[in-house]
Amino acid sequence: MAEIRNYTMNFGPQHPAAHGVLRLVLEMDGETVVRADPHVGLLHRGTEKLAESKPWNQSIGYMDRLDYMSMMCNEHAYVRAIERLLGVEAPIRAQYIRTLFDEVTRILNHLLWLGSNALDLGAMTMFLYCFREREELMDAYEAVSGARMHACYYRPGGVYRDLPERMPQYKESRWTKGADLKRRNEWRQGTMLDFFDAFCDDFVQRIDEYETLLTDNRIWKQRTVHIGVVSPEQALRMGMSGPMLRGSGIAWDLRKKQPYAAYDQVEFDIPVGVNGDCYDRYVCRVEELRQSTRIIKQCVKWLREHPGEVMLRNFKVAPPSRVEMKQDMEALIHHFKLFTEGYCVPPGEVYCAVEAPKGEFGAYLVSDGANKPFRVKLRAPGFAHLSAMDEIVRGHMLPDVVAVIGTLDIVFGEIDR
Amino acid sequence: MSEARTPLLEQIQSRFGDAILSAREALGQYTIELATERVPEVMRALRDEKPFRFQQLMDVCGIDYLSWGDDEWETEAVTGEGFSRGVTGAGPGRFAWAERPRPAGIRNRFAAVAHLLSIEHNLRLRVRYFAADDGLPVVPSVVDIWGAANWFEREAFDLYGIVFEGHPDLRRILTDYGFIGHPFRKDFPLIGNVEVRYDPEKGRVVYEPVSIEPRVGVPRVVRADARYLQAQNEVAGKN
Repeated sequence: MAEIRNYTMNFGPQHPAAHGVLRLVLEMDGETVVRADPHVGLLHRGTEKLAESKPWNQSIGYMDRLDYMSMMCNEHAYVRAIERLLGVEAPIRAQYIRTLFDEVTRILNHLLWLGSNALDLGAMTMFLYCFREREELMDAYEAVSGARMHACYYRPGGVYRDLPERMPQYKESRWTKGADLKRRNEWRQGTMLDFFDAFCDDFVQRIDEYETLLTDNRIWKQRTVHIGVVSPEQALRMGMSGPMLRGSGIAWDLRKKQPYAAYDQVEFDIPVGVNGDCYDRYVCRVEELRQSTRIIKQCVKWLREHPGEVMLRNFKVAPPSRVEMKQDMEALIHHFKLFTEGYCVPPGEVYCAVEAPKGEFGAYLVSDGANKPFRVKLRAPGFAHLSAMDEIVRGHMLPDVVAVIGTLDIVFGEIDR
Repeated sequence: MSEARTPLLEQIQSRFGDAILSAREALGQYTIELATERVPEVMRALRDEKPFRFQQLMDVCGIDYLSWGDDEWETEAVTGEGFSRGVTGAGPGRFAWAERPRPAGIRNRFAAVAHLLSIEHNLRLRVRYFAADDGLPVVPSVVDIWGAANWFEREAFDLYGIVFEGHPDLRRILTDYGFIGHPFRKDFPLIGNVEVRYDPEKGRVVYEPVSIEPRVGVPRVVRADARYLQAQNEVAGKN
């Protein structure tokens, strides 16, 4: 009789279902996974070391490029840590704008997750639907910061500028014309807040649409129910956070438990799963889409009623306006020092975490009193999640590996840093 | 709130005694320094015992304290030639390998920092433990207490060369296969030591020493003046 042995299989690094550059070495017994060994670091850029060689402000743009699906949430953690070290606080309007854009980011991230995960498991339509809505929110990113993804919008002391008075409209082109052009511009007649209102009203129905496609879908359930089960004890032991933790039934959300920005002023609920499998995490994330919409609505309402400053008027940290610079010598000097040398941060260390869409994104900053950080450590949620991959997939079939990679919601920008 | 929390440090100190080298609260966060040889015992107790219950390990990272507080641009003392220009400085990560500064006057260069989170008490705790030997930094591993430590410790080993004693699988994780050195050490140049290119003659990718020069963009400055405090007061006074 022939000898039967386990064999080793290489998955990735270039595989559409690997969500980036994941190389997964799988030890297989037939079609069952015996051991999984993820090899990461193919996207390692040394962000933390780079940040240590630049003035504090110049690394904000790098934060966008970590988890490039939840750009502003990463900025938020970094900027908040600097603010805490400096002992300054952003004006209340800036706090609300940050809350608003954190939730926009959460929708962006969850939509991408939903679309690509469904595509991995064979549901093509979801991908197209999700990217249609993502496009609208990308426009909001662009309108407020000038960039569709890497916004660099949050700054220590507030946000770069106030929300625009007019939402930019589409012009007629080969790609947008006729009824499509009219539909798109209908939401963009007024201010950005009007746009968000229109988007939210519409988006609630869109979520229902997604759910009709997936929630009771037999194939979707066969691929996700009882797949990748994570027990609450395991979730805690492996340092999981975000939907991975909540999917296992632990109601832990930093927005509620350690509120930051304006999260203690808005109402929302934390969805919690029961079984801790891929399906529960899917349901949690879809519910988070609804909750995010709810938060956006409340922020829009507040922002409408409370105009005001969005940046701290402290020229040692935040730049003066162009107009002031041209009339005031002091302002000009401040501007020059701020952009050449930067600001010195008092010695100390701080760990600031935000509830990023994927989980707890933390920035651990150590300062020795210089104009550059001494040590920057970014705690990426995906890093901890992927390290649990081996435990989760053991005993699963090969196609389930794809489902588990999807449900971990990993992005290599933040894992490899 | 603070009344309920401040006892945490007292509790830790009375429970573990001389294992705690220092304990303090700064910026609303708690930091303790542990005697390295007692890390496993104390960490296990921090996880399991009722008043602590730090069930989650959120992060472990390495720190290299070489060149702590060094600057490249003297801003206080003026010489005959005026202030220094700051462009020739040997700041961290910017010098060539041969010119790297020797660690001087630092007793413990490497430390591991762990961030613990207690979901039950909604508390965070930062734990720092130094490696005794700068040449071969060794600290105990906590991987059998929290599984999450596995990759975090691998990362600290990869980037700083800190050896975690008792770790089952201490391989490199982020750097390339066959990488030499520990890139996040302060004496590792920012530009690296080798560069790669495709060699058409050999028909493969070759490694060569870097061809670029280290460069100072913005010099590192430490200003100990009170201008931030002043600015705060000005802003507070205006409002």
